[in-house]
Amino acid sequence: MTELQIRNARFKNPVLTASGTFGYGLECPDLFDVSRLGGVVTKSISRKPRDGNPPQRIAETSSGGMLNSIGLANVGVDVFLDQKLPALIERKATVIVNIAASSVEEYCYVLERCEEHEGIDGYEINVSCPNVKDGGLSFGTDCPAVAQITRELRSRTDRFLSMKLTPNVTSIGEFARACEAEGADAVSCVNTFIGMDIDVGTRRPKIATITGGYSGPAILPMALAKVYEVRKAVKIPIIGIGGIMTAQDAIKFLVVGASLIQLGTVLFVDPMAATTVVKGIEEYMQQNGFSQINDLIGALDVTMQPSLVAAGWS
Amino acid sequence: MYQQHVPITRSQQVAQNVHVLEFQSEAIAAQAIPGQFLNIRPSRFYDPFLRRAYSIHRVVDDRLEIIYNVVGKGSALFAEAKVGETLDILGPLGTPFHLEGEFHRAVLVSGGVGIAPMPFLGDWLLKQGKQVANIYGARTAAMIADDGRLHNARYATDDGSLGYRGNVVGLLDQFLADEGADGLRVFACGPNKMLMALGDFCQLRGVPLEVSLECQMACGIGICQGCPVEMATGERKYTLVCTHGPNYNYNDIRLESIPAVH
Repeated sequence: MTELQIRNARFKNPVLTASGTFGYGLECPDLFDVSRLGGVVTKSISRKPRDGNPPQRIAETSSGGMLNSIGLANVGVDVFLDQKLPALIERKATVIVNIAASSVEEYCYVLERCEEHEGIDGYEINVSCPNVKDGGLSFGTDCPAVAQITRELRSRTDRFLSMKLTPNVTSIGEFARACEAEGADAVSCVNTFIGMDIDVGTRRPKIATITGGYSGPAILPMALAKVYEVRKAVKIPIIGIGGIMTAQDAIKFLVVGASLIQLGTVLFVDPMAATTVVKGIEEYMQQNGFSQINDLIGALDVTMQPSLVAAGWS
Repeated sequence: MYQQHVPITRSQQVAQNVHVLEFQSEAIAAQAIPGQFLNIRPSRFYDPFLRRAYSIHRVVDDRLEIIYNVVGKGSALFAEAKVGETLDILGPLGTPFHLEGEFHRAVLVSGGVGIAPMPFLGDWLLKQGKQVANIYGARTAAMIADDGRLHNARYATDDGSLGYRGNVVGLLDQFLADEGADGLRVFACGPNKMLMALGDFCQLRGVPLEVSLECQMACGIGICQGCPVEMATGERKYTLVCTHGPNYNYNDIRLESIPAVH
């Protein structure tokens, strides 16, 4: 009832783990069976291993969220393919490999290396990391660059391909349209918002890179509005991301028009959240008479209230 | 590793601004090894948002204790928690103290709430037939939390209100003058500045030093990559305090890479 197929990728339910919030999907086997997820989106994989940024990398904020500046620390594509991927396949996970790079060539290289291996269900392309000097946001806020990366990668794979967009742009719909036009199967909306916090005692920033990525329940309304904007801009599926903590939160993204959702920061607090969200979505569908997940996706009712029409808001 | 909702069996202030929470978990108590920690949700809602990481202070049968200062919203909520309420606990986490290798005497050096991992470690080492001494420093006597169960303890206070007047490094110096350094290993936990001063001192005296680090964490299980410490040895620039640590041979890390917690 919650199954979904996009291109050749099958998702047994709409709940995925967001890149960078569930490691390589192998870190908590005692707690969690990854085959029960709709899919595991890996930590961003780059051509070479990356050390990541110096500490302090994280800070809790007083507003229901956290700042991070991890800096894409990862083992690099060779170690990922040799050591991490086989273990993920053995655990019967649906595997979406997230790729980060600092040049178009590097994106292509990593994807081509992955293409040599069976058991990868698709790719999510990180063109939106706020925490690295090269690549990341410098691509993600440049629409022709996002279009070019999409085009180059599309020509190199028949697998599921989703472009992960930043909300830190004036018009996210324009970026989504570029991805759609160049053949992306989906867009992942959204990566973290740029945020900042300081310690007033020391007057120093709370994280080493001064600004970082802001995530957690505080960003949900902003992320939902971005998904709504993208829904109006494109026809391709959307993967909704941003502050989802509960099944209710996940359903909001589905109703606005996301086909899949990702759990991110919540996994740092409750590694079992994915199980409860999957179950909660199923219960909601039963209670509200939805037999297919597709009927719930985009079920948003924006019929204007008569009083608003009367006031000239039509 | 378990995630459990466990009942609080004791909540007590034990010294000035120092509190102990005790709770019951047969599974976590059975699996825990000294130096490991628990990541505990301060609220069943999401405010405050992240879990808080605390060393396992003591294990008796199926009971575990944590010890903490009240410094913010999360620890204030722990101090208000009542016996019978439940806590959402993830643990035991982290790599335990490194207890392999040759030593027959251990000196456990604590600064303030850095006493956290020491009673559990001391009990464990005594069972292994090691000699154990505690050196415990604080600003003043009222901040020392010792209910008499701390083994062979000497105290250092800045104001001289209890024991040695001065810091734990001075007291360790005195201890070594009294007892010698043969077959000795020092285990330490406390503010980073204290650990660095101890590091210099132990290097000078040729005494091996194992430190238990405090740092801010999110997940506590290696998935967020939020708690790196720079390595002085090996191929990797950073390791994660939550999984590779929090216990390190002092010479393996560059402690100055971690900003102070408070």
